Amino acid sequence: MTATEQAWIDIGAIEDIPLRGARVVKTAHGCVAVFRTAENEAFAIDDRCPHKGGPLSQGIVHGTSVTCPLHNWVISLESGAAMGTDKGAVRTFTLQVVGGRILIDRAAPVARNAA
Amino acid sequence: MSRKLVVIGNGMAPGRALDKLFEASPEAYDVTIFNAEPRVNYDRIMLSPVLSGEKSFEQIVIHGDGWYVKHGVTLYKGCKVTGIDRTTKTVTSGSITAPYDKLIVATGSLPIIIPVPGHKLPGVLAYRDLDDVHAMLFAAKSRGRAVVIGGGLLGLEAAAGLTERGMDVTVLHLMPTLMEKQLDPAAGHLLKRAVEARGIKVITKADTEAILGNGKVEAVRLKDGTELPADLVVMAVGIKPNAALAREAGLTVNRGIVVDGAMRTSDPDIFALGECAEAQGQTFGLVAPLYEMAGVVAARLTGDASAEFTPSATATKLKVTGINLFSAGDFAEGKDREEIVLRDAARGVYKRLVLQANKLIGAVFYGDTADGAWFFDLLKKGTDISQMRETLIFGPSFAGGAPLDPTAAVAALPDEAEICGCNGVCKGRIVGAITAQGLTTLEDVRAHTKASASCGSCTGLVEQLIKSTLGEAYEAAAVLPMCSCTKLGHDDVRRLIVAKELKTIPDLMQALEWKTSCGCAKCRPALNYYLLATWPGEYRDDGQSRFINERVHANIQKDGTYSVVPRMWGGLTTANELRAIADVADKFEIPTVKVTGGQRIDLLGVRKEDLPAVWADLNKAGMVSGHAYAKGLRTVKTCVGKEWCRFGTQDSTGLGVRIEKFMWGSWTPAKVKMAVSGCPRNCAEATCKDVGVICVESGYDIHFAGAAGLDVKGTEVLGHVVSEDEAVEVIAALVQLYREEGRYLERIYKWAKRVGIDTIKKQVLDDRERRKALLERFAFSQKFAQVDPWAERVAGKDAHEFAPMADLTFKEAAE
Repeated sequence: MTATEQAWIDIGAIEDIPLRGARVVKTAHGCVAVFRTAENEAFAIDDRCPHKGGPLSQGIVHGTSVTCPLHNWVISLESGAAMGTDKGAVRTFTLQVVGGRILIDRAAPVARNAA
Repeated sequence: MSRKLVVIGNGMAPGRALDKLFEASPEAYDVTIFNAEPRVNYDRIMLSPVLSGEKSFEQIVIHGDGWYVKHGVTLYKGCKVTGIDRTTKTVTSGSITAPYDKLIVATGSLPIIIPVPGHKLPGVLAYRDLDDVHAMLFAAKSRGRAVVIGGGLLGLEAAAGLTERGMDVTVLHLMPTLMEKQLDPAAGHLLKRAVEARGIKVITKADTEAILGNGKVEAVRLKDGTELPADLVVMAVGIKPNAALAREAGLTVNRGIVVDGAMRTSDPDIFALGECAEAQGQTFGLVAPLYEMAGVVAARLTGDASAEFTPSATATKLKVTGINLFSAGDFAEGKDREEIVLRDAARGVYKRLVLQANKLIGAVFYGDTADGAWFFDLLKKGTDISQMRETLIFGPSFAGGAPLDPTAAVAALPDEAEICGCNGVCKGRIVGAITAQGLTTLEDVRAHTKASASCGSCTGLVEQLIKSTLGEAYEAAAVLPMCSCTKLGHDDVRRLIVAKELKTIPDLMQALEWKTSCGCAKCRPALNYYLLATWPGEYRDDGQSRFINERVHANIQKDGTYSVVPRMWGGLTTANELRAIADVADKFEIPTVKVTGGQRIDLLGVRKEDLPAVWADLNKAGMVSGHAYAKGLRTVKTCVGKEWCRFGTQDSTGLGVRIEKFMWGSWTPAKVKMAVSGCPRNCAEATCKDVGVICVESGYDIHFAGAAGLDVKGTEVLGHVVSEDEAVEVIAALVQLYREEGRYLERIYKWAKRVGIDTIKKQVLDDRERRKALLERFAFSQKFAQVDPWAERVAGKDAHEFAPMADLTFKEAAE
């Protein structure tokens, strides 16, 4: 498999995640947090806060951000970057919602890991 | 021996007279009050904010039950006096007869009801007392149509309040312009526009012909044939002195009960006071002259023969949030009168001064009323204004065009300038109190001088005055917004949740104009708590607005695992429970087991996926969640008490268990930790807890507002009770008050510091009715709160929280 190829994996229905909530997908390279916003958009980012590794999937989701449960860093779901004065970022994953199913692009993390 | 003073009526005027009397001579009279209304003395001026939902009844009480007890006053609530016998000097109410040496008649006024056909139909109300407000609030629940007859002060306030409550309101006014007694036509027109901008329809020159309806009010018909559908009709066309009782007793009555300068009626042992009294041919309806009357009566009762009541000019303000209106004196046009008018249509400002013989005799301001006090002072003193006439209309601080600095404007006022019209407090007195007693806050000034303590419309002036007196040392208690999603502070949000009956987070954010689409991690948990505490049984808890610990009912640790703490009632456990805990620790390979500071056992390092299975095993052994993660009741720590201890005075362990069993599960603004010690040696360390009990031989000393965390603070004493039942009652009432008033994340000691230890004491200890009501509300909310969250999740609730959505590790490994 090459980095440019996309490999969509069905990880479940968007309905499986509560609105303004998140679920975890376990991968061999660590957990990915998959979010569903109030507007019914889905995002996937690394489940590790850039600050002290807090599980972002456990935070409170507001707008297109999540607040880390450990020390209240606010992370953008769109860019993965810490907001405000905090510095740092987590990886984001490409996904698409097709017919209510969330498909995640597994190629991206593997490729970046390799890089 | 004290002489007997009987007061008929328990309104603001006699209340003030008694305040002054007790101040001057607390022992002189043995006082009995008959009140036709079944309640204590409250601030009638503030009924409009109660109607609109900006204040609660408790907030407008002037004398709580404790005041009557403290001054030895016998208060007959709900007892209408039926006769005064001047020969035997007694008054009678039903089976009660009370003798008097001096009598005060303060029967107030009655609303004028226009006797049009249909005026007795159910759904036609007056606007005079709390019962009327309750009836209106009940009618407003229908969100139907209301017609208010009368476009004066009261009518407009009623209309604004009913609109706030969601009714479709039309105001009918007989005259061509609104509030024509206080406003000239130009200001009346501006007012009409502002009222209409709030969605209230106004029909002037509207002459009501009949109120229509079959069994209840359905519509109002005007003389021109217009019919307005209505589910509620409020008549607010005016008041008339209530003098029937005095007339029957043979006292001289004109329009009101006639009094001389000493406020004496035609019987020298009987005073009349308030809206029922007529002095120099005038009757009065505004609070300032009524309070002056009260001062005269109190002075005369204590033997000051020089006190005389002389009617003076009064000023009016409309208490509708967002509409600034001020009028004073006489502003009719006349030959020998001149006027100065300033209009600024763009800013919506209109000012008009009426002059006669170089003196100000009337003033009307609309839109900008900041200088009202200064003009009112010129008017009352009859100051010669010929020197400043050119710039007079621009106010006190006009000095060549610079914009007015409100603090400078207040600083420029003379010491005798009246700041608070309701309570007759002048600038000099406020400044004196600030300097002499080192006052620094608005609340302090209110407590010491009563300035701005009634209708509150001079609050701005009083704040300016504190600022100009203290200079930089004073920082206005600006409302701190909850978070950057809103301009509103916690207290405003809580009040509006009740007033606007907001029952979901999206509704609340819509109604209160939240700036973000779905809040933030700061406001959402607070709102979730406020809604939960306000609407027990009705509000559906929003898990996504809870911090993770409260969402999954365990405490998140730094590595993303959780800790689990089962409840141990009052710190008691059994061999079986300990065995079950040991088994769970083995079965789930829980790495750390630790005894907590709250007399329980903490299992640390539990994987999230294992939580439901861990709980299932603990549940089987009879254990439930200890809420060690909750903004709610945590532990009730106890010592062994008289059961074992040779010093124990009461069953402290038993009381601790009882409190914990009654109060577990309740959500509070922040965590609540309690303790019960069996004797003053205090082994349970109750004096640094949110609530603590120290048992003594004679009963239970209840403490609260301690802290031993970020801050260390010993408790305050709430009071002493003799029975265990009463101790539980007082503690539950205290926690309920905190649940209703506390700001989210504000611990009890911070809340107590903010609202005052005494205020809390009064409500949960002294005022038994209030205590009972709080207790009932607490018990009601517990019906929905006492469900073990662990058992619910073992049964399958929120299963998505505890399982990953997908596991790709195998798939990837296989490639």
